[in-house]
Amino acid sequence: MAQLTCENVILGYEKTAVTGCINLSLNKGDYLCIIGDNGSGKSTLMKGILGLRKPMEGKITFGDDLKQNEIGYMPQQTIVQKDFPASVEEIVISGCLSRSGLRPFFTKQDKMLADEMLAKMEILDLKKRSYRELSGGQQQRVLLARALCATQKMLLLDEPVAGLDPETTEEFYELVKRLNREEQVTILMVSHDLHAVSKYASHVLNLVKDPVFFVTKEEYLKLNQKGEEVSDGTV
Amino acid sequence: MELFDKLVYYLSYPLVQYALVVGVLIALCSSLLGVTLVLKRLSFIGDGLSHVAFGAMAFAVVLNFSNQMLLILPVTVLVAILLLCTGKNTKIKGDAAIAMLSVGALALGYLVLNIFPEMVKSGNVAGDVCSTLFGSASLLTLSSKDVWLCIGLSVFVIGVFVFFYHKLFAITFDEDFAAATGVKVQAYNILLATVIAVVIVLAMKLVGSLLISALIIFPTMSAMRVFKSFKNVIVCSACISVVCALTGMLVSILFSTPVGATVVAADMVAFGIFALIGALKG
Ligand SMILES: Nc1ncnc2c1ncn2[C@@H]1O[C@H](COP(=O)(O)OP(=O)(O)O)[C@@H](O)[C@H]1O
Ligand SMILES: [Mg+2]
Repeated sequence: MAQLTCENVILGYEKTAVTGCINLSLNKGDYLCIIGDNGSGKSTLMKGILGLRKPMEGKITFGDDLKQNEIGYMPQQTIVQKDFPASVEEIVISGCLSRSGLRPFFTKQDKMLADEMLAKMEILDLKKRSYRELSGGQQQRVLLARALCATQKMLLLDEPVAGLDPETTEEFYELVKRLNREEQVTILMVSHDLHAVSKYASHVLNLVKDPVFFVTKEEYLKLNQKGEEVSDGTV
Repeated sequence: MELFDKLVYYLSYPLVQYALVVGVLIALCSSLLGVTLVLKRLSFIGDGLSHVAFGAMAFAVVLNFSNQMLLILPVTVLVAILLLCTGKNTKIKGDAAIAMLSVGALALGYLVLNIFPEMVKSGNVAGDVCSTLFGSASLLTLSSKDVWLCIGLSVFVIGVFVFFYHKLFAITFDEDFAAATGVKVQAYNILLATVIAVVIVLAMKLVGSLLISALIIFPTMSAMRVFKSFKNVIVCSACISVVCALTGMLVSILFSTPVGATVVAADMVAFGIFALIGALKG
């Protein structure tokens, strides 16, 4: 059974639809790249999947033992976060809150899990450092470690490499790829980067309207090639 | 030595002791709330809510409520919830919404008091307005009932803070992420809004709305100059706030300066010192 299914989903704010009609279905271990121009509703779709916004139409369902609050989320960075006084440790362990219910403190297991994720992201040595003093790439790793504390089944990454230099970007992609290949974490990533699509993705969702389409990477690359040939022909 | 004797002499009065206890507790509570408010970009909520409370009070006076709190408290809590819970999804941004409410409520309150001056028992409209800004009951007229109320409230605020500390951190740092992992963000925002409104309404009567804003903003900003983790900022801002409140009040007793203004001055000095330390640390 599919882990995540969207059937005829339309998302929007108040009465205005932002996205077209989205159909997709992902299995455990898939790697989806979501592409589309600014304002095409990529972040909105993420919020829909997380249950932060109800779809205006259609249905989002979860299967294969995945519950809605078991999705790890790495939001697009906001200005507020950038100067927030918080240590790396505090941020990463806050990912464990989903399991703590009303309990006012974190358990030993929570702390061990946080350490494990820091180690996996290769930033264990930054544990006591202040978040706002880290480089962009390091900050992204912290947020990824936090998302991994929340779940190890599915990750939603909203423009995770925005503002990173090419080398750091490549490192980050490799990190995500390892999670995907070695631990079968399902990845949904917003990215403008066609290079990343061809190298890492298994599926592509194009949110640019008329039409919105969901295809495997191979189909997408073929479509893209055809498009180029056609435009070449008309010139 | 003369000053010291004078201080000991004043401190032997129960009324002075009450004032010190209440002042310190209010400083402590507002600095705790301050960290979350400043980081949520809601620094001016103290100002806004106390003006809303003033507006509500004006209507309570004109409508001849026997117990004004019955109108003031619910209205202020409601407005606080509206401001905190609508968050980023409103058409009017948080700071603009607070500014509009603040000025609007103040104007409306002043207006109704002037239209129905016969309802104002003190007969002095301007004086009443001034006392909401700078604190009405001078701190030295507190009854022991006020003091116990204040102690009870502070215990409640600190309790909420300790018990929900990690959740407050999560919803302050990243509301969307917290909601996505199943934290009941809306419920915690309502809790926070209620606590803030109650603290502000009570504190406003005692120290005035100007001081409340200062107590919310200054200790947090000072602590943030030097400390870099959430926990240290909170602990440090609570300490700064208590020390400044005590210093300010003692100075004001000794040199008979206005209490509120002196405490704010002490907070400003502390900010200067911490900014300097922060700059030196790099
Ligand atoms: N909170 C909001 N209220 C109303 N409209 C919004 C809100 N957030 C985003 N939008 C609108 O929804 C559209 C899609 O936004 P978004 O999903 O952030 O796009 P993307 O992430 O693809 O750049 C934009 O046109 C934006 O103006
Ligand atoms: Mg976006």
